Amino acid sequence: MSALAEPIVVPLLEARGLHARYGEIEAIRGIDLTVGTGAIVALLGANGSGKTSTLRALTGAIKTTGAVVFAGSPLKGAPEDAARRGIAHVPEGRGTLSTLTVWENLTLGGYLTSDRKRFARQYDRVAGYFPWIAERKSQAAGTLSGGEQQMLAIARALMMEPKLLLLDEPSLGLAPMIVRDIFALLRTINEQAGVTILVAEQNATVALATADHAYVLEAGRIAMHGACAELAENDQVRRSYLGY
Amino acid sequence: MHDLAQQIVSGLATGSIFASMALALVLIYRSMGVINFAQGELAMFSTYVAWQLVQMGVPMWGAFFITIVVAFAGGVLLERVVIRPVERAPQLTLVIVTLGLFTAINGLAGWFWGYIVKPFPTPFPTTPLQIGGVAFSAQDVGVIVVSLITLGLISLFFQKTKLGLAMRAAALYPDQSRVLGIRVGWMLALGWGLASVVGAISGIMIAPVVFLDPNMMQSVIVYAFAAAVLGGIESPIGAVVGGLILGVVLNLLGTYVEAIGNELRLAAALAIIVAVLVIKPSGLFGRATVQRV
Repeated sequence: MSALAEPIVVPLLEARGLHARYGEIEAIRGIDLTVGTGAIVALLGANGSGKTSTLRALTGAIKTTGAVVFAGSPLKGAPEDAARRGIAHVPEGRGTLSTLTVWENLTLGGYLTSDRKRFARQYDRVAGYFPWIAERKSQAAGTLSGGEQQMLAIARALMMEPKLLLLDEPSLGLAPMIVRDIFALLRTINEQAGVTILVAEQNATVALATADHAYVLEAGRIAMHGACAELAENDQVRRSYLGY
Repeated sequence: MHDLAQQIVSGLATGSIFASMALALVLIYRSMGVINFAQGELAMFSTYVAWQLVQMGVPMWGAFFITIVVAFAGGVLLERVVIRPVERAPQLTLVIVTLGLFTAINGLAGWFWGYIVKPFPTPFPTTPLQIGGVAFSAQDVGVIVVSLITLGLISLFFQKTKLGLAMRAAALYPDQSRVLGIRVGWMLALGWGLASVVGAISGIMIAPVVFLDPNMMQSVIVYAFAAAVLGGIESPIGAVVGGLILGVVLNLLGTYVEAIGNELRLAAALAIIVAVLVIKPSGLFGRATVQRV
């Protein structure tokens, strides 16, 4: 965001008092969060702190109480409804359709677009971010490397022309250099395509360096939140929550 | 030699029926992980619908296409009404539900049309076809052609259309498909509709041979099951190839091996199921998927 004038933050996504449980276990216990239009927001926290559950609760993939407002109206229903509203969720494990080809994965990303021209335009845009995709169209997605699968997952999500991109641990299992590339790409996509991003991430260093705003989760609650620059400089935050 | 050619063609004709029914089973199995035991009864019921239409004066091929539409709607409706509530139930529950459908549809057909065996008109000419100096039954050749067209269209649909692709994805990766906006429940219903159409076509094709009665599909479904297991229960191509092989082999065995004859054909099919499950449980075309994580 520009330093000239602090723009008014228009929330694209707002969650209030989000609770979700798996049987007896309460996964998240009253999450409030706001994702401003055009922002990159990071959701940080250790394993089991509720990052995945928060994302799943937002799109209705798990039973949830609380309110979610997206683009001005309540978000209700199942993940497919969230997708239709313009939320692309790259789930835990990247959601790779392993036995399908790269091209089929992308085609399904454009499942909701019935306009062929629009699909082709979007494909060109996506192939611009990931030039290798053009040469690997007919390869089975499950045989790509981990980094490529993550990029394919992002490419497929972009085929949905989303307003909001949700990413669940894009760094998982990837080499540090590839993680850096992927986060740099997220920044580019955010700036060039104007896609708002909410990324759940355990790797706080890279997430704080990329995002504008961050929430720190602890045991299913928001322990603190703030601008990334401030959080990264706060020694106590670093020691207690970010572990470096 | 002529005799062998005739037997092979006749085997391919029954084989293509097995192939179609096996494909119907595989379509449902891939999306639910369960064998639809009612698949044969659905086909039988559709065949009665076709018969009823012909009785009402609709020309044979007209009845054929109307029945396809009815079968599709019926399959979709059945999934929405009967299967939907138990979609996420354990597999055993689903198996029991399809067994329940089996008896219900069988009973319904008996109630509507009675258990007396009825002749069914063949949609094909009754004069033999002369191909390369050998006379083949037009019924056999017609069945093969219609079945292959059906299977070809189904394959094109799954390979070349976005909806077909979405149905494949929904069957294999339901959760991943949902986040892309695919309505997985409806894809399952469409799958039931398609399986029901393929079954209806098989029923109409075989009815002139086995005649029409509420139990007409019961041995066919066992052969289809054998074909699906032989080809690999998860593989549509396997189902088709398995069906054709089974049809030809059983026909040749029945004709040339006196000990088997017509009586032991069903037993031979069951022996094939057991042998495949013991020797190669994934079938001819089933394979372990390879992927990096």
